[in-house]
Amino acid sequence: MLSKDEILNIATLARIGLSEKEIEKYRTELSAVLDYFKKLNELDVSEVEPIGHITGMQNVYRNDRNEDFGDSGREAIFKNAPETKDGYIKVKSVL
Amino acid sequence: MTWDKKVSMSHVACHMLVKMIRELHEKLINREITATELAQKYFDVIEKKDGKVKAYLTLTKELAMAQAQAVDEKIAKGEEIELIEGIPGAIKDNICISGTRTTASSKILDSYIAPNDATVVKKIKESGAVILGKTNLDEFAMGSSTENSPYQKTSNPLDENRVPGGSSGGSAAAVAAGEAVWSLGTDTGGSIRQPASFCGVVGLKPTYGRVSRSGVIAMASSLDQVGSIASSVEDAAIVLSEIAGQDLLDATSAQSADKRYEDYLFGDISGKTVGVPKEYMDGLDGEIREVFEKSLEKFKSLGAKIETISLPNSDYALPAYYIIMPSEVSSNLARYDGIKYGLRVDDQKDSKVKENGLPKTLLETYLDTRKIGFGDEVKRRIMLGTFALSAGYYDAYYLKAQKVRALIRKDFENAFEKVDFIYCPTAPEIAFKFGEKSNDLLKMYLSDIYTITANLSGTPAISFPIGNVNIEGKMLPVGGQLMAKWFDEEGLLNAAHTFEIN
Repeated sequence: MLSKDEILNIATLARIGLSEKEIEKYRTELSAVLDYFKKLNELDVSEVEPIGHITGMQNVYRNDRNEDFGDSGREAIFKNAPETKDGYIKVKSVL
Repeated sequence: MTWDKKVSMSHVACHMLVKMIRELHEKLINREITATELAQKYFDVIEKKDGKVKAYLTLTKELAMAQAQAVDEKIAKGEEIELIEGIPGAIKDNICISGTRTTASSKILDSYIAPNDATVVKKIKESGAVILGKTNLDEFAMGSSTENSPYQKTSNPLDENRVPGGSSGGSAAAVAAGEAVWSLGTDTGGSIRQPASFCGVVGLKPTYGRVSRSGVIAMASSLDQVGSIASSVEDAAIVLSEIAGQDLLDATSAQSADKRYEDYLFGDISGKTVGVPKEYMDGLDGEIREVFEKSLEKFKSLGAKIETISLPNSDYALPAYYIIMPSEVSSNLARYDGIKYGLRVDDQKDSKVKENGLPKTLLETYLDTRKIGFGDEVKRRIMLGTFALSAGYYDAYYLKAQKVRALIRKDFENAFEKVDFIYCPTAPEIAFKFGEKSNDLLKMYLSDIYTITANLSGTPAISFPIGNVNIEGKMLPVGGQLMAKWFDEEGLLNAAHTFEIN
């Protein structure tokens, strides 16, 4: 069973705030799913090459050209931002 | 039969052959109905039925009417129109339509207005098909019943006490209720096929790479694929022909010969070999098994050879899937941070997390926004994925699951050396009732047991109605699932079509 500290650590990494009640809830639920994953321990995969995606395609190129969305495109993108200033998306202080 | 009657009957009988697109196309070119009238008729059906079915989150009436009018103008000028032109359909709400609210059924995107069209939407618009609206789904396509939508509970048009399946529950219910001729869904672990099965319609998940994912709100990028839902295999094929193809905006999309898939429906599968995985049959019993075995007899009578095959690593597919998918989810959903777009919550309540070096105000914006904006299942999967990818656990979970994925693909490669198709039920059950599983996670996850392997292996798969079971006085549909070799959509569609028309 995951500890309270482990849940808090995962939540912080995932940037999800949790209430006291939720911590308990996720302890139980995540632990149950992790237990289920133990099924994979039955398999010896030491000789198997992992696959990240299924098509095996490599190095797909396209032109490195920026697409100008124009003023209306810019406006369409910006109107979804919670806070803007002087034509920029405003971010809180990061330092 | 008047076509009004046909619309209202389209969801009634599973085995009734409905070639809606071709029939409506004939009516359009024979000028029995205009495209604008047709679109209006569908809005009338939506108006009448959707209060109960709740398939739609947003209607795009202005867009639909403008599109329909363009088709009418073409017809009036005597120009030829394609099969799909003027035929009304619906788009799952995790697929972007420019200038239209696109929520992915999440409160975190509640007010999000997409600035551009997804490639599939661009293609649908170019094809002249008419877009009626956006359909409900489980939040960020995470779920098997559409109960995880914070907006509304879509009900199964065949029994209002039952779920439509998920996550493309709105898209499947819209078609089944006659509220759309076709719809687009997305399928990460069965999200097109399982709801199609529950609602008695056809649902196609193409080969990974067949259809562009650009502009589709990402869930698990190595598994997600867009596909079509319709009343018949032919209709699903016609829609696939429009949306398939390589796209420079999606580097995983594959080269394409731009086939018209509806031209490959020959109605003959004699001599083809259909493999039934013995692992999938263990534990399958009751009425689903009965219906399934009857369908095997039908395949035999159509000249197909039935063979029992083995996919030895089947038992490991579900745990591998539930590691890979949440891992990709945790990475993809990191973008919802309350800064660039979507919801921002700044309630500055103590969010009970460890200090981790970020300034408190920025960290708390992240924590509060994501705490309030995401629903339970989404948070659960993000946290599960974060754990699986975190230092010290990566090898034991994510890397191991990717290796298991390689084994599962190998199982399919081996099987397809012997057989043309793999066949099984789409789900181990018929549509379940609301609330029946929402408190039991693993039970809910098991609903995907037959469908996830096609996502893990990347093969194309289709669900189509193979019969009904009588439950509590209602005839509820059972879906059969065919899987085919990578990029053999034409063979797959032909096999399902041959079953359907006989």
